[in-house]
This record gives sequence, C-alpha cells and structure tokens, in this order.
Amino acid sequence: MADFISGSWSIYIAVVTVLSIVVLMLFTWKMSMGIPKPTGGQVETSGHTWDEDLAEYNHPLPSWWLNMFYITLVWGLIYLALYPGLGSFAGFLGWSEQTQYDQEMAQADQKYGPIFQQYLTQEIDKVAQDPKALAIGQRLFANYCTACHGSDAKGGPGFPNLRDGDWLYGGEPAQIKTTIMEGRQGAMPTWSPVLGADGVEKAATFVESLSGRQVDQAVAAEGKKIFEQNCVACHGPDGKGMQALGAPNLTDDIWLYGGTHAKLVETITKGRNGRMPSHKDFLGEAKVHLLAAYVFSFRNAAGGEAAK
Amino acid sequence: MADTQTYNYHVVRQFALMTLIWGVVGMLVGVIIAAQLCWPQLNFDIPYLTFSRLRPLHTNAVIFAFGGCALFSTSYYVVQRTCHARLLSDGLAAFTFWGWQLVIVLAALSFPLGITTGKEYAELEWPIDILITLVWVSYAIVFFGTIVKRKVKHIYVANWFFGAMIITIAVLHLVNSAEIPVTLTKSYSAYAGVQDAMVQWWYGHNAVGFFLTAGFLGMMYYFIPKQAGRPVYSYRLSIVHFWALIFTYIWAGPHHLHYTALPNWTQSLGMVMSIILLAPSWGGMINGIMTLSGAWHKLRTDPVLRFLIVSVSFYGMSTFEGPMMSIKTVNALSHYTDWTIGHVHSGALGWVAFVSMGCLYYLIPRLYGREIYSLKLVETHFWISTFGIVLYITSMWVAGIMQGLMWRAVNPDGTLTYSFVESVAAMHPFFIIRLLGGVMFLGGTLIMVYNMFKTIAGSKLVTASIPAPATAH
Repeated sequence: MADFISGSWSIYIAVVTVLSIVVLMLFTWKMSMGIPKPTGGQVETSGHTWDEDLAEYNHPLPSWWLNMFYITLVWGLIYLALYPGLGSFAGFLGWSEQTQYDQEMAQADQKYGPIFQQYLTQEIDKVAQDPKALAIGQRLFANYCTACHGSDAKGGPGFPNLRDGDWLYGGEPAQIKTTIMEGRQGAMPTWSPVLGADGVEKAATFVESLSGRQVDQAVAAEGKKIFEQNCVACHGPDGKGMQALGAPNLTDDIWLYGGTHAKLVETITKGRNGRMPSHKDFLGEAKVHLLAAYVFSFRNAAGGEAAK
Repeated sequence: MADTQTYNYHVVRQFALMTLIWGVVGMLVGVIIAAQLCWPQLNFDIPYLTFSRLRPLHTNAVIFAFGGCALFSTSYYVVQRTCHARLLSDGLAAFTFWGWQLVIVLAALSFPLGITTGKEYAELEWPIDILITLVWVSYAIVFFGTIVKRKVKHIYVANWFFGAMIITIAVLHLVNSAEIPVTLTKSYSAYAGVQDAMVQWWYGHNAVGFFLTAGFLGMMYYFIPKQAGRPVYSYRLSIVHFWALIFTYIWAGPHHLHYTALPNWTQSLGMVMSIILLAPSWGGMINGIMTLSGAWHKLRTDPVLRFLIVSVSFYGMSTFEGPMMSIKTVNALSHYTDWTIGHVHSGALGWVAFVSMGCLYYLIPRLYGREIYSLKLVETHFWISTFGIVLYITSMWVAGIMQGLMWRAVNPDGTLTYSFVESVAAMHPFFIIRLLGGVMFLGGTLIMVYNMFKTIAGSKLVTASIPAPATAH
C-alpha cells in the first residue's frame, strides 16, 4: 500500500489501535468493580471535601451506560476486522472507497449509458430537433455547464453567452462539439509593454468606434494605426475576429470581458486568458453529443435573435 | 503580601465581564452573517463586511473570546476555591488577561482586513499565534502552579478537566499552527495536501473536544453541585469518563474528512473512535444531571440551575448527534450541508453558551457581593434563548437534510435533478428562521448583560479570604 513509507508503520497503527480499544475495555471493567449497588439507604461520599461543601457520592457506574460503552467498543473491533482501518489490512469484506465508486459508476453506466448512446449515431442538427433529447441535454447542461455559463446559458463576465448568436469558435454543430470535447484556450496577450498607457487608451477608443459608438475621431484615427500594426493578426483587418483562434469579433457590441471603456483598457493592458475545459474524458462522447445538440438548439430557438 | 490570605478575584472579575462583552460582539457578528445569507446585499459591497471575512470573526469571537474568557474566569475561580490557595502569580494572571484581550482585538482587526491562514478556527496569522502561545504557557504556569500550592490532598475533578484542556490545547495549537512566515501578515502551513487537512482536523475536532468540551465540563463539575447544593453523583464515573473522553477524543478528527483523499484506514479509525466516544461523553451528562437526583424540585424555582441542567441536556443531545453523523453513510448525506451548522450550534448555543451563562449567573453576584438584580429576567433570558436555539437547530436540520437529499436526487437518465443554485434557493426560508433564532439568542444575552449590569452597579468588590480546608477523613 502506498499509504505508508514503510511496512512497520502499518503494524504500529494496527497494534496501537487494537491495544487502545482493549485497554479502554479492561480499564472500564476494572473501574466498574468493587462498589456495591446502593440498597435503599444513603450512599456514601468519597470522603473528600473541597471549598467547604463540595463532595462526591460513590455511586457505581450505571449499568446501562456501562453496557452501551462495551457494545461500542466491541462493535469498533468488529468494524475494524471487516473494513480497512488497521494499517494496510484491507478488512475481511475487501471494501474500499475506490471500489465502491467504481462499482457505482459501472452500474450507472450500464443503466443510463444506453439512454445517451442512442443519439450518438444521429447528426447533431437532427438531435437538436428531438424534444426528448433536448430535455436530456438541458439536464446535462444544468449539471455540468451552469457554474460558468449560467442556468440561462447567458454567461457572465469572462464566460460566453451561448444564446446571443455570436460564436467565438464557430456555431456549427461540429465546431460546438469540438469545443466541448477538446476544450478551448483563448489568449489575449498583455499589450501595455508594447503600446504604453497612451497607446492602450487610443487603441481602446478605436475599438469602441468599431461597433458604432460616438468617440473622439482624432484619437480613434491614431488608435486605428496602432490597431493596424498590432491587432489585425488575430482580430482581422475589419475587426471581425477569427474563429480559428477564438479571437472575438469587435464590431458586434458583444463583450466577453465587459464593454465599458475602462474594461477595454483593462483587457488590452493586462491581456485575458479564457479557458473552456475539455469534457471528453469527464463526460464521454455520448453526453457531449447531446450537449452540443442542446447548445446548437439555441440557434434554432433564438433564430431571430441570432440573425440580428 | 497579605494577599496570600485571600483569593485573587480581580482577574476572575475581569474575565467574567469580558465574557459578557465578547459574547454580545461574537453573537452580533453571527446575526449579521446569518442575515447576509438571507440577503447577500447586506455586505454593502464593502470588502471588510463580506461573509468570507466576517465568518471567521464570528467563530473566533464566540469560541476564543466569549468561550475563552469564560474558561479563564471560571478556571481561575474554581482552581483557587478547590485548592484553598491564591493563584500562583497575580502578575502572570494579569498578563494572561491583557494578552488574551490583545489576541482578540488583533483578530477583530485582521480578519476584516482579509489577513488569514485559511485554516478553520486557526485563521490567525503567525505573529498572533506566537502571542497566543505566550499567553497559554503563562496560563498553564498559573493554573498548575496553583494546583501545586493546594492545601487539600486530592485534586478536584473540575481541575482535571481544566488541566487536560490547557495541556491539549497547547499541543494542538503548536502542531497545527506550524507555519513558514513570508511577511508579517502572511505565512504558509508547514504541511501540504492531505497531511495538512488531517493535521487541521485533528486540531479542529479537538478544539471542540478539549476547548469547548473538556474545559466546559470542568465548569459543569464545579457549578452544578454548588448551585444544586448536592454532591456530584458518582466519583467513579467521573474517573472513567474523564480518561475515556480525553483518550478517545484525540482520534476522532478524520471523521471531518470522510470520502476525501484521506486514506480509507484513517477515515475508519476516526469513525470507530467517534462512536466509542458516545459513552464517555454521556458519562459527563449523567454526572451532571444525576447530581440533581433528589433535588429535582429546585429546577422549578431556580432559573440559574435550569441554565446549567439544560446545557448538560444539550450536551448529551449533540454528543449523540455527533457520533451518528460520523458514520460514513450518514456523513455521505450530512457532509457539506447546513445540518453540520445546526449540529455545531446545538453544542455551541445549547451547551457551551448556556453552561457559561449559568456559571456567570452564579459567579458575578459572588464576585460583587450582591444578589442577582432580577431572577425574573434570568427566567426571561432562559426562555427566549431556549426558543432561539430550538428555531436555530430545527431549521438547520430541515434545511440540511433537504439540501443533502436535493444534491443526491437523480432523474431517470441519471442526471442530477437539481442544480446547485436550486438547492440554495430552497434554503432561503430556513435561513430566515435561523436568523430569527439567532436574534432571539442574542436578545436573551442582552437581557443578561442588562441584568448583570444592574447587579454590579454601585457594588463593592468582594475580597474573599481563604477558608481552612475541611479536615480529611
């Protein structure tokens, strides 16, 4: 067992534990002897007196209490014989947390696996039309996705809104599935060392102008030069982003990390790291397939919203 | 000094008064964070007032400020009276008072500033840890020095419990707070990973077992027989349950880490010893309650005795609940839910706070040479606080079990029926009931503070001379 750096620790633990329980038992047994049960009359005190009137009666140990103590002690020894506890002795039942977990997971896979598996052979856009599949997808989403994307799937600062029709890595069924299966790593570098505070300010102003906001044209014009030299590689010459890199479209007034001027300055100054974890090993392909269909269904449901 | 003929009541009085004051502070912070759980906007977006920073302030204030001052006060009183000797050193005793108050003030400043080690009930940073060590060693010297000076041969049972508490807390504090300082306000634990977790809960559980149990059993063993005017029920039982309790408690920590990375064998040992702990714990309850046998009628007329006896009943209840919750299959439901919070508070409010209040109702009039200003107010305090506790723990039982059941409910396709936030939303009404319970308990405490203020006002400080010990048989 890897729990111990040497086998003697295991023996030490087993011996100390068993001895402790046995000694507790013997000590209690010895202390329960020698005091006769009080018969009607007055019980003696121990004969000691403190602080003028503090004394102690010599009542024997209550037998119900004594028996309860013995039962727990014996039960303890039995439990330690059956279950792991005495060092690396695994116990006669051979139970462990890990085997219980593995068994429960295997049972669950056997019972629930086919429910998810039946959709794997269908195309995602087909699955997205199936109300039963979508109901499962919704429950999977509530279990695994809401912590970041919210129970309404509308995201939050740093976590994409999945209902706005704006897809960082593409909104086609296969792209959504890849995003969930493999995860994504979005990296906006920090620009303050290159641009300086003044340059960041100007670039932010230009970015604001891309989605049609009223800005100082002179500052924006200077920002445009900075943008053309530094930002187009990822965000494209027209600022519409690049899904292959997960570089956001800057012209649609949808902001992953906040769209105020101050937030834009912060994003450009410090950079951003967005991480969507890989769910391939955690959930398995069948569940991811259903989740992709569920997320894709937002496009159908909110078709009008997405078209805008 | 002529002082050798009298008891040192000065430091006992100081700690007794601070028990009341810190009690109000700690409970008030508890009420505030309970309200924040109902209405999160009550942190007003001020970082110093967020739940994460006020919660350790609440726990430390009630455990170490309120509970700690109660322990200092009563143990200094009891050790002197039962040893028929003045404290070993007035100067060192004064140092423990001022040092402990400084620790509390530093805690009250550093937690809202976000300075924390992140270890539950041991959040104080390393410079404060060193101060605690100095105060605690001084406490040990004063306490055991007084025992050595005693004029009676036998050491009274209350002192065994206080002594065990002092020694064990010293060991726990030194081992668990071993840390590597980085700056004045930042350190890292000397342990890593699951070892760190195990050391932390070995500490955490025994902070409960020794600070909040052994120490308060020490109080129980003096103040119940005194207030009832009856001898302790069974000397033999006190011996057996004392040794069994302190021996077994120290093993029980791993039950806080069921179904984690902690090895299976460690979890099992923690669970087995937690169940064995039931009888030793109940030994104390039996000795407390049975001391009253033949004098039950006193409960009708004496609200102070009622505080003490009800506290022991809550002790019995939470020491039954604890072993039950340590069983792995029960723990699988209860762990991480508010059931745990309810369990802690049935011990903290019902046992620790009630026994402390009963002791203070006994102590303060004797320290100031007065009768209690109003027994009627003691009665009111008792009922309002008892109802408060009942509301608190029943709402947390319901909420916690509901939460545990919601987390494990599954749909026909094996997915979870409820998302986490749905279980949070379902808790809301119970959070409000809990807040109400907390407000009532705080209200009772304020009544007590008023009552004690009126008791003390205009009184003369008592100087008690040391009586000769009773002649030994």
